[in-house]
Amino acid sequence: MKKVFAINLFILLLAAGGAVAQTKKAPVKKASTGAAGGASAAKPSVAKGKVVYTTYCLSCHQADGGGVPNMNPPLIKTSYVLGDKTRLINILLKGLNDEIEINGATYSNPMPAHDFLKDDDIANVLSFVRSSFGNKASPVTAAEVKKLRDAAK
Amino acid sequence: MKKTYIAGLTVLILAGALVLMSAKKLAHSGNTLPTPDEGNAGLKLPAGFGALVAADTLGGARHIAVTTAGDLYVKLARPRNGKAIIYLHDGNKDGRFDEINGFANYGGTGMYIKNGFLYASSNQEVFRYKLDANEKVVNPDQPEKIVTGLLDRRQHETKSLVVDNAGNIYVNVGAYSNSCQIKDRTPGSLGQQPCPILDSAGGIWQFKVDKQNQTYGDGVRYATGLRNVVGLDWNQQTNSLFVMQHGRDQLHDIFPDMFTTKQNADLPAECMYQLKQGSNAGWPYIYYDWMQNKKIQAPEYGGNGKKEGSKEYIDPVVAFPGHMAPNGLLFYTGTQFPEKYRNGAFIAFHGSWNRAPEPQAGFYVVFVPFKGGKPSGKWEVFADGFSGSPQQTASGRAAHRPCGLAQGPDGSLYVSDDVKGTIYRIVYNKP
Ligand code: HEC
Repeated sequence: MKKVFAINLFILLLAAGGAVAQTKKAPVKKASTGAAGGASAAKPSVAKGKVVYTTYCLSCHQADGGGVPNMNPPLIKTSYVLGDKTRLINILLKGLNDEIEINGATYSNPMPAHDFLKDDDIANVLSFVRSSFGNKASPVTAAEVKKLRDAAK
Repeated sequence: MKKTYIAGLTVLILAGALVLMSAKKLAHSGNTLPTPDEGNAGLKLPAGFGALVAADTLGGARHIAVTTAGDLYVKLARPRNGKAIIYLHDGNKDGRFDEINGFANYGGTGMYIKNGFLYASSNQEVFRYKLDANEKVVNPDQPEKIVTGLLDRRQHETKSLVVDNAGNIYVNVGAYSNSCQIKDRTPGSLGQQPCPILDSAGGIWQFKVDKQNQTYGDGVRYATGLRNVVGLDWNQQTNSLFVMQHGRDQLHDIFPDMFTTKQNADLPAECMYQLKQGSNAGWPYIYYDWMQNKKIQAPEYGGNGKKEGSKEYIDPVVAFPGHMAPNGLLFYTGTQFPEKYRNGAFIAFHGSWNRAPEPQAGFYVVFVPFKGGKPSGKWEVFADGFSGSPQQTASGRAAHRPCGLAQGPDGSLYVSDDVKGTIYRIVYNKP
């Protein structure tokens, strides 16, 4: 009985946590639709990028983008996320399995290539990452992804 | 008359209790136990147990070994100030280490003491250091390199080790892959047939303790089909090796049509295996489902979450829920803890990440009672609270993560944490 109560409380707390997280995320979404204002399909969509992130990235990089110590790096204000878009797009197209260092830490998992994602999915998810988790950087476009994918062929 | 009789009896009982209590105290190698910290260092323990922080902020404290004198050796994942084995001594005998020294320039995980030697591993090699009569390392700068050239391909790179009673050392070589797919961790990619990794990884290798520079050819692949083992111990009752396997990840990510995110969070089991020479636990071809209590064919190899795996693979001794990352295993042989704990297994669960988006779990030390070398009851959480709060457990942002376990000469249980490098000491204070 006590256990059931504790479990219920736990679920309640979790649900509350989720609700808070959702309300916190809401402004990001609004800002993106505002920025895109009447966007054409070619414009990157942060909202669609969030869906791609949840499906393909969240399990390793986690819901808060904070990663997993020693295994999967954070996506919070790293030079890879905020820096050179070519390098960033190539990480998704080709994967990464090197001893990269972020704030003195290294990560032992491999990052699989996500070349099976479409150009606009990659553009959307990177635009989402670059404007979430405290990151502020310009969006990535499908054209930029296509150029690098073609170059790799 | 009746009254005096009762009073006399009470005195007798009290006196008896006192004698028992002091006898018990004496049994703890002459020393009285240290007073636990206020709030038991943040840990939640069964009634009668207490905990204290015996050392703190050491770095990534992986496996640990206690000497007969009660000193502690700690293996760090990475060197700190150039040192990756930390020696801890309690000079003023308050139960907390006050003397800290370091040596060895290589990071790693393995740490074990047996018959006058301290064994330590990097992610490719195994070293041993001669100990003096007090089990202090004689020559910290001149270890013997007994094993070399073990595979380190970044993933599952740590080499845990344990020594038996016949001069053999057992070393884990983890698989450099999740499930031996053609493209590792890639949605829909199928398994390599046969899995080529198993010739040099994904198993336990046996070497001699007293031969230098051994490599694969000098050793024996003692057991195979083990994805990655971090916690392992030699069971003195059965005189055999027990290991904890880290089960495969990402059933949902890789096969979203077969497994929901909830199934992904629960499956597969984290398994305890008892090994003999030649044992095959079945990775990557099967995984163990702790809810169906069955070996299940891996989806990379034609499975669908239901199809049973081959009988040729061994069954686990205990199966735990998924992804909790068992990093430490210790069979308790002390007498300080109550009888129930004698010869049972403590397991340090490092805590999960691959349960996301479900809440994370683990970050605790579990106990499994054993009788005659076999589990005699259900597993239970023994020490919880390492993460800091239920929220930190759910998010995985744990303040401390249990990793290594060791038993002190007085029967205290030591637990290492590789986030902040805290060493916890758990004692039983209620007689
Ligand atoms: C199987 C786990 C896994 C998945 C799935 C995954 N990553 Fe990674 N990611 C990693 C690892 C591990 C690294 C670091 C690899 C290394 O050290 O060589 C990494 C590195 C990165 C980096 C560069 C380093 C940094 O932290 O800034 C970026 C950016 C990144 N991933 C984004 C993504 C995005 C976006 C997705 C989803 C489309 C994704 N990852 C999916 C594991 C994963």
